[in-house]
Amino acid sequence: MQITDHTKTIIEAEGISFSYGDDEVLKDISLEVHKGDYLGIIGPNGAGKTTFLKILLGLLKPASGKVRLFGQDISEFKDWWRIGYVPQKATNFDANFPSTVEETVLMGRYSRKGLFRRLSKEDIQFTEQALKQVEMLEYKDRLIGELSGGQQQRVFIARALAGQPEVIFLDEPTTGIDEKSQQEFYALLRKLNRELGLTLVLVSHDIEMVTKEVMHIACIDHTLVCHTSPEEYLKESESISIAGQKVKIMEHHHRH
Amino acid sequence: MIFDLFQYGFVIRGLEAGIIVAIIAPLIGIFLVLRRYSLIADTLSHVSLAGIAIGLLFGINPVLTAIITTVVASLGIEKLRVSNKVYGESALALFLSGSLALAIVLLSLGKGLNANLFNYLFGSIVTVTTTDVFIIALLALIVLATISIFYKELVYVTFDEDAAKVSGIPTRLINTILIVLAALTVSLSIPIVGVLLIAALIVVPVVTALQLKKSFTQTILYAEVISLFSVIAGIVSSFYLNLSTGGTIVLIMLAVFVLVFTTKQK
Repeated sequence: MQITDHTKTIIEAEGISFSYGDDEVLKDISLEVHKGDYLGIIGPNGAGKTTFLKILLGLLKPASGKVRLFGQDISEFKDWWRIGYVPQKATNFDANFPSTVEETVLMGRYSRKGLFRRLSKEDIQFTEQALKQVEMLEYKDRLIGELSGGQQQRVFIARALAGQPEVIFLDEPTTGIDEKSQQEFYALLRKLNRELGLTLVLVSHDIEMVTKEVMHIACIDHTLVCHTSPEEYLKESESISIAGQKVKIMEHHHRH
Repeated sequence: MIFDLFQYGFVIRGLEAGIIVAIIAPLIGIFLVLRRYSLIADTLSHVSLAGIAIGLLFGINPVLTAIITTVVASLGIEKLRVSNKVYGESALALFLSGSLALAIVLLSLGKGLNANLFNYLFGSIVTVTTTDVFIIALLALIVLATISIFYKELVYVTFDEDAAKVSGIPTRLINTILIVLAALTVSLSIPIVGVLLIAALIVVPVVTALQLKKSFTQTILYAEVISLFSVIAGIVSSFYLNLSTGGTIVLIMLAVFVLVFTTKQK
């Protein structure tokens, strides 16, 4: 089933530049994400990937350039429930925070409710459904701080899923997670993208893994170095190496 | 003999005010503690002292002037913090020392107010007037209503500010609401524990409840139980043993903390 609908652009970045003081982090980056896409944003550490993601989410304002979400300028965008976010710090949040798995995932429903409206039975149902999707329902009464890194990451995915978004942004989601949990994590993302048609934007420095999993690659090293398919990227990367990082892939399977 | 207690109007007023404060303080405390904002309570209590000094000097009800000063200062602190030109804790230090200096200068202008001042510094239920109880109850209602309206937003912003913002929550507004509520809570606690001990009332029961490692809602409930127990036990025992109310309450709270902490460590 082909679910990538290239007629529907849901995220557009146009000429994005950003500086911290005199330090120019991003320069003139433009890219689009289409419905059903699975985009991997890769690049070396400190290349501005997370900064770019934060600009797409409206957490940072670009020095110049425009972001449009679902066809609307980000400053006028109101339908935040359409966007799910799994932040980088999801794996190093305050482990003493007194919140159960269920309480944490319920937060994902807040964007659906808006101010002045209380949570209902329906919200609990969506929360449980999201926990089922990531196979964490039996942990719902456990404290989030007591879980392993891999399990916590699944809970944060569930939080993003609970709001029933159309696109989920993930920032370095596998940092500090063991190899086996990483594999399961990517399998979960693949399932969400293929079976539910959920659009995914994944920021990672794990180039090897990302090129195996995603549909499109955007390489950011202060500027947009490439924006291509993983196949093309791997062909090119035999001759060029991004910021000294050699990419070795024996074999890759990709769907199209 | 226990009924002796209720023959004194001031004890009843003190208990009324104390119970209200005991209920409100942990509700604000949980958000301040988890956001590493505990010091804001301390800063605002010093600011309230400047407010009290203004009230004493001009013969206005000091609780009222304390409310106005702390709310204005809380907005100033938040503005300074958001501006990113001053570090968060430096902003607190500026307000803490600045308001204390202002309080001392104002108090030195009006000599002879010192006896009364002692009550405001350390708390004394004897000084709680019927008007105070009325003001405290009104403020408590405002704080309670605001928390229940913005509860889910406060929880999300406390847990993960970025994710809360991406989900469309007006985080700037929620932060401002939290700090103004903290200012109101500090003001309404003055007559019971005094300016110097308010922060303990807001922080200690929550820190104790956090040791129990429960869910968010259960943590609030446990903090409420600890807070109510300490305040009531503190008022009653300070009456019979003729001790300072504020000090006794805080010592009981700390005793509960030590008890919970040591049993949980095993």
